[in-house]
Amino acid sequence: MHILVCIKQVPDSAQIRVHPVTNTIMRQGVPAIVNPYDLYALEEALRLKDRYRGRITVLSMGPPQTEVALRKALAFGADEAILLTDRAFAGADTLATSYALAAAIKQVHEKLPVDLVFAGKQTIDGDTAQVGPGIATRLGMQLLTYVSRIESLDLDAREITVHRRAEGGVQVIKTRLPSLVTVLEGVNDMRFATLTDMFRAARHPLTIWNKEDAQIEDITKIGLKGSPTAVSKVFAPKPTDRRAEIIETQSGQPADLAATLVGKLFAQHSDLALSISSSSVSSARQS
Amino acid sequence: MTTAPPPPAARPAGRRSYKLDARLAGYKGVWVFIECERGQAHTVSWELLGEGRKLADTLKVELAAVILGPPGEAIRGLCDEAIRYGADLCYLAQDPVLSDYRNAPYTSVLTELVNQYCPEILLLGATTLGRDLAGSVATTLQTGLTADCTGLAIDPENRGLAATRPTFGGSLLCTIVTLNYRPQMATVRPRVMPMPTPQPERAGRVIEHPLALVEDTIISKILEFIPDERGQDANLPFADIIVSGGRGMKRQENFQLIWDLAAVLGAEVGASRPVIQAGWASADRQVGQSGKTVRPRLYIAAGISGAIQHRVGMDKSDVIIAINEDSSAPIFDFANFGIVGNAMTILPALTQAFREHLATLKRAC
Amino acid sequence: MTEHFDAIVVGAGPAGNTAAYTMAKAGLKVLQIERGEYSGSKNVQGAILYADALEKVIPDFREDAPLERHIIEQRMWILDDTSYLGGTYRSADFSNPPYNRYTIIRSQFDRWFSQKVRDAGALVICETTVLDLHMDGTRVVGVRTDREGGSVYADIVILADGVNSLLAKKAGFHGELKPRDVALAVKEIHFLPEQTIEERFNIKGTEGVVIEMAGKITKGMVGTGFLYTNKESVTIGVGCLLSDFKKSGVSPYTLLEEMKAHSAIQPLLAGGEMKEYTAHLIPEGGYNAIPQIYGDGWLIAGDAGMFVNAVHREGSNLAMTTGQVAAETVITLKTEGKPLTAKNLAVYRKALDESFVMKDMKKYKNIPHILDNNRQFFVAYPNLVSQAAHTMLTVDGIDKKAKERAIRKNFASRRSVFGLLSDAFKLWRAFE
Ligand SMILES: Cc1cc2nc3c(=O)[nH]c(=O)nc-3n(C[C@H](O)[C@H](O)[C@H](O)COP(=O)(O)OP(=O)(O)OC[C@H]3O[C@@H](n4cnc5c(N)ncnc54)[C@H](O)[C@@H]3O)c2cc1C
Ligand SMILES: Cc1cc2nc3c(=O)[nH]c(=O)nc-3n(C[C@H](O)[C@H](O)[C@H](O)COP(=O)(O)OP(=O)(O)OC[C@H]3O[C@@H](n4cnc5c(N)ncnc54)[C@H](O)[C@@H]3O)c2cc1C
Ligand SMILES: Nc1ncnc2c1ncn2[C@@H]1O[C@H](COP(=O)(O)O)[C@@H](O)[C@H]1O
Repeated sequence: MHILVCIKQVPDSAQIRVHPVTNTIMRQGVPAIVNPYDLYALEEALRLKDRYRGRITVLSMGPPQTEVALRKALAFGADEAILLTDRAFAGADTLATSYALAAAIKQVHEKLPVDLVFAGKQTIDGDTAQVGPGIATRLGMQLLTYVSRIESLDLDAREITVHRRAEGGVQVIKTRLPSLVTVLEGVNDMRFATLTDMFRAARHPLTIWNKEDAQIEDITKIGLKGSPTAVSKVFAPKPTDRRAEIIETQSGQPADLAATLVGKLFAQHSDLALSISSSSVSSARQS
Repeated sequence: MTTAPPPPAARPAGRRSYKLDARLAGYKGVWVFIECERGQAHTVSWELLGEGRKLADTLKVELAAVILGPPGEAIRGLCDEAIRYGADLCYLAQDPVLSDYRNAPYTSVLTELVNQYCPEILLLGATTLGRDLAGSVATTLQTGLTADCTGLAIDPENRGLAATRPTFGGSLLCTIVTLNYRPQMATVRPRVMPMPTPQPERAGRVIEHPLALVEDTIISKILEFIPDERGQDANLPFADIIVSGGRGMKRQENFQLIWDLAAVLGAEVGASRPVIQAGWASADRQVGQSGKTVRPRLYIAAGISGAIQHRVGMDKSDVIIAINEDSSAPIFDFANFGIVGNAMTILPALTQAFREHLATLKRAC
Repeated sequence: MTEHFDAIVVGAGPAGNTAAYTMAKAGLKVLQIERGEYSGSKNVQGAILYADALEKVIPDFREDAPLERHIIEQRMWILDDTSYLGGTYRSADFSNPPYNRYTIIRSQFDRWFSQKVRDAGALVICETTVLDLHMDGTRVVGVRTDREGGSVYADIVILADGVNSLLAKKAGFHGELKPRDVALAVKEIHFLPEQTIEERFNIKGTEGVVIEMAGKITKGMVGTGFLYTNKESVTIGVGCLLSDFKKSGVSPYTLLEEMKAHSAIQPLLAGGEMKEYTAHLIPEGGYNAIPQIYGDGWLIAGDAGMFVNAVHREGSNLAMTTGQVAAETVITLKTEGKPLTAKNLAVYRKALDESFVMKDMKKYKNIPHILDNNRQFFVAYPNLVSQAAHTMLTVDGIDKKAKERAIRKNFASRRSVFGLLSDAFKLWRAFE
């Protein structure tokens, strides 16, 4: 069995700051991390490897620093790591990204056929959840998004059955390999790497591909050139004009504050009374 | 959306032209994909018709609803509903193969429709279905797709769609345009756009699109659909009243105070991310950027600072009440009412005050 | 883990990186272990880099190191509540490459340095904490990490784990830090558009400014404030003896807040966004505080050995130098086939005593007091200060006493105002 896992290195958005004056992103000192969602995909792949043996190849497109992310994946147990890096890839939107990744996956497939491609649900910088479906479509793989559980995998029959999170329920889908799976967050906990793993990862030679190595057929389809979408402006959310009316009372006692608030609330929003009294009949459920 | 630096800001769209090829200039009209599973339409589709109506009027073009599903009246009925919500016409494609959502057949049918009728804008809900489908369709059509939008507008200069969405974990918004490609596709967050009021008297056309799909050619099979037991999971997006707690609740036990107030108001219980991470509440109760977007009549936030990632999920609420120790907490910048104080003492008092008020209401009628 | 290394380096700050780099370059089998997610991940602060120390290790560092700005102007301010009194030393000479001092963002700089260490052939492991040392009697034989199968062995362990080195304490190499031996420094990075910075500080291109501050801002505590310009941010901070903080009861945070509010400083930061607030100990004890820094199978380098020149916050270059000397000591002993015993490693201490490191450490023992007592002369001898400053500001590894001798000569020849002289010297020391 050969699983290819797509991971992306992203700026830790928890630490991203927006420049108050220029409204640009301040990357200074913002650490790069492995897209958290991708770790669920990687761990899920690793668990399949534990069960069925086989190999795991991690693939990432990004600047050279992405090496760090790939080594992390190696430490967790991936067998091979491919870094797709080339100035020509820069500025790609999801269409151009999936084109480049799909091309690379084709190359990997030539050498060792790929049974499954795993991707994260989405990235925390792009947030689009589009690259996975994009790759699947380009490679004609069966697409399984928002997978919460891999029910069964039959390598001889080349069939896989998964639970897919849908609106208002879960679809149990059976399909044929090769297929592309995007994994839902929270479905597993990433393992810890042993010191031996860390050594292996640190020493493992990375495969670094530029656009030629990836055998990109049509270079007008990658990077900025190959991106139908363009960002016309970036800005910070505008502060709303409303500023909270802070409730104050003589006593400052909770009871008085609460009573005053409720009074004002219904005075200014009489319509609320309806929705409350109607819904309060059915009282909330503790879960 | 960018794969590598440079950051979005460093990508002036101006560098590439908006100029449309003659071929693409022929793409006309605004489409909304009506998402329905098991005969049920997802409300985001109606929200989108409301928004699509505005876009179509600005562009002076028609607004079309696209409905895919199994044969039968249930699906047909959706056409009339779509028209009531603002559509001028409906494209209806029915086939047994389409009874459950599956990526492959839905992708091929929607692509086929687009290629035949050439809309300039195609909108879908940013749901698990919508995002799954949009990603494949955009790739097949080789066009631009903007995900998870919170705002749509028409750029008067070039009649192009300007789609606005949060980026970098919600700390920023960015507006994305599609260059020389058509249709311009976008998925839009549920509950971000207001629900339009249906107009019973509205009339429109229905264009049936014949299909001859063969089940055997479809590789993926749905073995089973396990519906979420209602009641079990929170239904935040549609709650009229939500009481939310944040890290400021300090301990799991204290979170009971949130439940108590919710019980009196018949409200749903929401939470900020740290609360979910601490395991004080189940994941489906997370409000915000990586959780649910809500727009209740009343949102009560206790011990929540109002970080942008939380705010984007709830600031469309009609009325926001904030309880926070820290008078300088950002949440007071966009709440309607605020009490500066300790949630552990304020909440019980508030619960009592509401209980009394409701009692008087009941007596009144 | 049965693998054996020539050397294990704990920590990937300037000291650890220099040591690991130097040994790996010499062909030793080196393992470096860093607790942070990546080298420098714990160091978001801006800092000043003194070229000389790094130059000795990586001569062509200017080609690709992430340097923010090169310092062309040094301001020395004495502030009271409302006003300040200051001298500026700016020289075109500072703008002639190769530059001597740069501002850097530690997280970026350390990461760059770490890559060099990897390229040199060392095995670098991050996100791994060394919990303990493996001892064989009095001899250190390896380290135990927090990872499964996490013990690894080497002929020598170089502790470069920073100020308040937990390991060194655990192993009893030196005791608890005394409050009077460490300063608590707090600093913030404020982001401003590049052109705003250039306008406010009247600089262009990669030119930068440093402001050293003393006086009322420290509320009578022994310490100094500082401000550096980075490319698109300004680093501001203040450090005082921990013991003084204890005595005065002033919180470092309020101290910094009030300092930022000062009429002289506020305009420099206006409109900026505060990004990072870090509090960190700097060993200030100077010479007297230096612990035992070598023993059977171990060496200590950098902050872990209390090598910081408090007055100039030259920690990182002292860290690099000590790291380098430590590495060279190991290399020599290994090539001579000598065992790495305390006896043989003693040459490390000797080498440092010879170097400018210890000389400066000795010299600046009690600077902060001088600094408080000599304000008046700051005005009395501006030219003298500036002359002194120029020579002194060119940090080139020549120990500073030697430089003063030079200055003293040309100064005395021009005018001889008896006792004032010596005060003046104290001044230069305090204010370069
Ligand atoms: C990519 C990304 C996605 C994210 N998505 C989400 C999301 O979907 N939803 C979300 O909520 N967050 C999200 N976050 C996290 C978000 O940035 C904030 O960290 C989070 O919202 C803070 O939650 P909080 O307000 O409960 O906690 P805090 O920010 O710690 O605020 C606690 C508040 O409680 C107050 N308080 C303390 N004690 C009391 C008391 N006794 N009485 C009253 N008040 C008290 C404090 O003054 C403080 O204002 C996301 C972050 C990232 C980076
Ligand atoms: C506010 C402030 C301003 C300063 N400004 C300057 C300046 O402008 N110029 C200057 O030259 N110096 C400055 N310094 C001093 C300088 O930062 C230090 O002297 C220098 O960083 C010391 O380098 P080091 O390698 O010895 O220690 P560090 O840089 O602290 O590196 C120690 C490393 O070891 C790691 N570590 C610690 N324990 C373990 C463990 N158990 N296992 C694994 N890894 C571990 C840490 O994560 C850290 O990365 C300043 C210091 C402060 C506090
Ligand atoms: N540059 C990239 N390199 C490798 N994988 C990627 C890249 N961008 C996105 N992916 C994969 O596609 C998933 C969805 O990304 P996105 O569409 O950006 O939300 C991610 O979770 C990754 O698994």
